[in-house]
Amino acid sequence: MFQLSIADLSQCLARRECSSVELARLFLERIRTLNPGLNAVITLDEERTLAAAAAADRRIAAGESGPLTGIPILHKDIFLAKGWRTTCGSRMLENFIAPYDAHVVEKLDAAGMVNLGKTNMDEFAMGSSNETSWFGPVRNPWRLSAVPGGSSGGSASAVAARLAPCATGTDTGGSIRQPAALTGICGLKPTYGVASRYGMIAFASSLDQAGPMAKTAQDLALMLNAMAGFDARDSTSLEREPEDYTRELTRPIKGLRIGLPKEFFAEGVQPAVTKAVEAAIAQYRALGAEIVEVSLPNMGLSIPVYYVLAPAEASSNLARFDGVRYGHRAAEYTDLTDMYERTRAEGFGAEVRRRIMIGTYVLSHGYYDAYYIKAQRVRRLIAADFAAAFERCDVIMGPTSPTTAFELGSRTDDPVQMYLCDIYTIAVNLAGLPGLSIPAGFDAAGLPVGLQLIGDYFSEARLLNVAHQFQLASDWHVTMPSSFAA
Amino acid sequence: MNWETVIGLEVHVQLSTHSKIFSGASTAFGAEPNAQACDIDVALPGVLPVLNAAAVDKAVRLGLAVGATINPRSIFARKNYFYPDLPKGYQISQYEIPVVQGGSIDILVGEQPKTVQLTRAHLEEDAGKSLHEDFHGMTGIDLNRAGTPLLEIVSEPDMRGAAEAVAYGKALHALVRWLDICDGNMQEGSFRMDANVSVRPAGVATLGTRCEIKNLNSFRFLERAIDYEVRRQIEVLTDGGTIRQETRLYDPDRDETRAMRSKEDAHDYRYFPDPDLLPLEIDEAYLAQVRSSMPELPAQKRERFTSEFGLSVYDANLLTGSREMADYFEQAAAGLGGQAFKLVANWIGGALSARLNDEGIEITASKVSPVALRALVERIVDGTISGKIARDVFDAMWSGEGQVDEIIERRGLRQISDSGALDKLVDEVIASNGSQVADYRSGKAKAFNALVGQVMKASKGKANPQQVNDILRRKLDTGV
Repeated sequence: MFQLSIADLSQCLARRECSSVELARLFLERIRTLNPGLNAVITLDEERTLAAAAAADRRIAAGESGPLTGIPILHKDIFLAKGWRTTCGSRMLENFIAPYDAHVVEKLDAAGMVNLGKTNMDEFAMGSSNETSWFGPVRNPWRLSAVPGGSSGGSASAVAARLAPCATGTDTGGSIRQPAALTGICGLKPTYGVASRYGMIAFASSLDQAGPMAKTAQDLALMLNAMAGFDARDSTSLEREPEDYTRELTRPIKGLRIGLPKEFFAEGVQPAVTKAVEAAIAQYRALGAEIVEVSLPNMGLSIPVYYVLAPAEASSNLARFDGVRYGHRAAEYTDLTDMYERTRAEGFGAEVRRRIMIGTYVLSHGYYDAYYIKAQRVRRLIAADFAAAFERCDVIMGPTSPTTAFELGSRTDDPVQMYLCDIYTIAVNLAGLPGLSIPAGFDAAGLPVGLQLIGDYFSEARLLNVAHQFQLASDWHVTMPSSFAA
Repeated sequence: MNWETVIGLEVHVQLSTHSKIFSGASTAFGAEPNAQACDIDVALPGVLPVLNAAAVDKAVRLGLAVGATINPRSIFARKNYFYPDLPKGYQISQYEIPVVQGGSIDILVGEQPKTVQLTRAHLEEDAGKSLHEDFHGMTGIDLNRAGTPLLEIVSEPDMRGAAEAVAYGKALHALVRWLDICDGNMQEGSFRMDANVSVRPAGVATLGTRCEIKNLNSFRFLERAIDYEVRRQIEVLTDGGTIRQETRLYDPDRDETRAMRSKEDAHDYRYFPDPDLLPLEIDEAYLAQVRSSMPELPAQKRERFTSEFGLSVYDANLLTGSREMADYFEQAAAGLGGQAFKLVANWIGGALSARLNDEGIEITASKVSPVALRALVERIVDGTISGKIARDVFDAMWSGEGQVDEIIERRGLRQISDSGALDKLVDEVIASNGSQVADYRSGKAKAFNALVGQVMKASKGKANPQQVNDILRRKLDTGV
C-alpha cells in the first residue's frame, strides 16, 4: 500500500478499498517506526491528522472528492500550517505555532489532502545537505550515513522511505530538485510565480518557489494542479488561466528536441552520474527524441551570482527575527542592541549567520554596485542564455547534481564545496524557469542519480509529459530503498 | 556680516486611505494599541506586502496638482535598520525612482508671490510607535501606525527664511487637504515636517552645511525651530566655528534645537529593490482617469474668483484657503450679481469665520447654510434691512431662530423707508437736541453725525441710513 502512487491511492479510496483514516494511520505508523533513523519528520499531530482524514472520508462518502482527497501529505516546515508548530528548521522558531495557513497549504487542504506532519529542512532553507537544521541532520534512506540533499531533505527522505506518498518542498537554488535526485524521487520547481509564496517563510524572495515532491511525474502533476494558481496576497504570483498539468502526460514524445548544454557535462561530474544521465538520454532517443547541442555560456557564473543575490535578500528577509514580537529571545541582555545580538546569535545557526553577513556586506554602501547590481546584470545574461537555447530545443536535460549523495559531515567544513552541489540547479532559479528532477539510475554503491529537465516558462505540463513518458519506459522511480520496504 | 538663510522642507503627509499601504488593516486613529496590526503589519513569517492602489491614486493627485512628472515606472526599495517599532527590520520606501518627480508650489509671503520647486514625492510606509512610559522600565510597542501610507514631499532648498518656510508649509497643508489626500490633522501626526536649515554669507553661491530638524508638527514650532537654528548657526560661524551636519530635535518647552545624531552615526540603510513588490507602473490611461477626477485647483479657482466674481486678490485668496470654504462661497454666491459677491465674501471672511472660530467648527458644519447666507445678502441688497441689522439677523439665524424673512418679520426689523415716518423722527431729534443743532449750524460737521446717530437710535436701527442723511441735511440746511 505505501508503495502506491497518489493516482493509485486515489483509485483505492474511490473504490472504498481503503479509507483516508486507514491511510493516515498506515503512514503515521511508518513514521513512528522508521523516522527515528531518518529524522525526516520533526512535528506530528496525530489528532489533527486523523480529524482531517475523517473529514476527507466524509467528503468521499458524499461524492465530493477530487483526485487528492484523502491522500496524506507531509509539508516542509517552511510552510505555515495553522495550529501547527512551524520552525523553518531553526531554533529561532522552535516554539512558533503558525496562526494562519500558507496559500499552498490552504489549497492542498481544500483539495482534501491530509496533513501528516512537518518535515525537517536546512535552517531557513540554507543548505544542500540538510545538515544545518537546528533539529539535527536528516539521513538518506538509501544509505543512513549519507545526506539526503537539501534544503527540502526531510521531504525527500520521507517520500523516498515511503513515510508519505508525497510532500511539499521549496526550491531557491535547487532545494527541491537536488534532494529529489539524491533520494531517488521526483521533484518539480515550477516557473517563478506559479505557486504563491504567501505563508512560505522567505529565504530569497526573487528565487523562492514552492513545488511538489512525489514518486512519479504523474503525481507531481496532480499536486501542482492544486498548488498552482493566482493569489492576490503575493504580488509576484502570476494571474493566469488555471491549467490542468496532467493534460499532456500521455502525449508521445516523438520529435521532442532535447537540448544538451555542454556546460552540464563538464569536469566535476561523477562518472556514474554522467553514465546514468547518458543512458537516460539514450532511452529518450529510443522513444523518438532528437538531441540538439546547446550552450549556456554564462552558467559558470550562476553560483557567484546566486551567492550575492540570495544572501542579500536573506539578510533583509531574516531581519524580522529580532526577538521583539515572536520567536526566540535571549534570556538575558543589557540593552536593546545586546538583546538583538544575543537573540540572533543564539537563534540562528552558523550557515544562516554566514549568509546574513555576506548579504549585509554586498548591500553595504560602496559595495552595492560592485556586487548586487553586477550580479543582477549577470542574472539577466543567464536568463538570455536559456532564451537562446530554447530557440533550438524544447527541453534541456542534464544531471541534477554533479554527485550522488555524499557522507554526512564530509562537506560541512567547506562551504564553497557545499555550494557547488547546486551548480546545475541554481541557474534555473536565477532565470525563473521550471525544472524537474526524476530518478535515472544508481551509482555503483546503489545511490540514486537524478536527471534534470528544464523547460521554458510555463512549460510544466510539457516537462511532466516528458518525465512521465520516461517513467512509462523505466522503473527507476518505483525502486525503493530495501531496508524500508518491509 | 549679512547672512542668508536657506531652507528645504521634507513633509510626511499621511495619506487618507481606509487601509494601510501594504495590508488591509484599518488606518483609523486612536484604536487600542495593536488592535489595528494584522499579520502583515506584525511581520509574521511568510507574509507579503500588496500595494494599496488608493495610496498610489493620492500620490498621483499630488503630482498632477503640482505639475510634476509622474514616473511611468517607480520602484519600492527596502530601507534596512533594526528598531523595535519597525517590525520587518526594514521600511518599504521608494528610493532611487519615486512616483512623483519635480513640480512646484506657488506661495504668498505676505503679499509677495514666490514659487517653491519640489524635488520629489515618494510613497512609503510609516513605522509603529515605541511607548517608553507606563511599562516599568520596559518599552511598549504599538504597531497600529505601522504600515500607514505616507507621501514624503521633498522641496528644493528654495526658502530664505522661517516666514517663507511657514508659507510653503501652509500652502502644502492646504493643498493636500484640498486634494482630499490627507486629513491634515497635525496633532495626530498626519502632516509632519522636517526642515533642512543652513546659512551662508549673503552673496555666496555655495550652500552652507545643513542641519535637519526632525518631526515638527505645527507651523509655530516650524517657525520657532528655524529661527532658533538660524541664530545658533550664525553664532557658531561668527565665533569661527563650523556647523556639523546632523539631525536635530526641536524642544518646544525650552524653545531650542538639540543634536540627535551626527552624519557620522548615520545608518547604512542598505537600500535595494524590494523583491516582494513589482515595479509600480503607471500608464497614460490611468493618468487620464485620475486627471479627469481632479478638483479645480486653488490657483485656478483664485483666478476665476477674481475674473468671474470681480473679487479682490485678497478675498480670492481668503476664500480658496480651503476647498470647503470655496464651495461655501460658490453656493452662497449662486444667482447673485454685482456688488453682492463682495458682500458674500465679506460675510464669510467676517461674521461667519468669527463664529466658526469661536465654536471651533469647520465651515461644513456651519449653522448658517450657504443658501441662508445668500438670502440674507439679498435682503441687504434689496434694502429690506441695513447691514447693521443684518448682523442681528445673522446671529438669530446662527442660533436657529429660523429663516431670514421670518426673523425680520417676527422681530419687526424691516428698514423704515417711509419718508413720513422718518420726517417725524427727524423733527423729534432736532427738537430735543438744540445744542447739537446749534453746533452744526456754527460749522461743526461732527455734530451732524451725532444727530444721524440719534435718529438711528430712535428708530432702533431700522431707519434707512441714507434717507435719514438726506432728510436731516435738508431740514437743518433749509428748515423744511
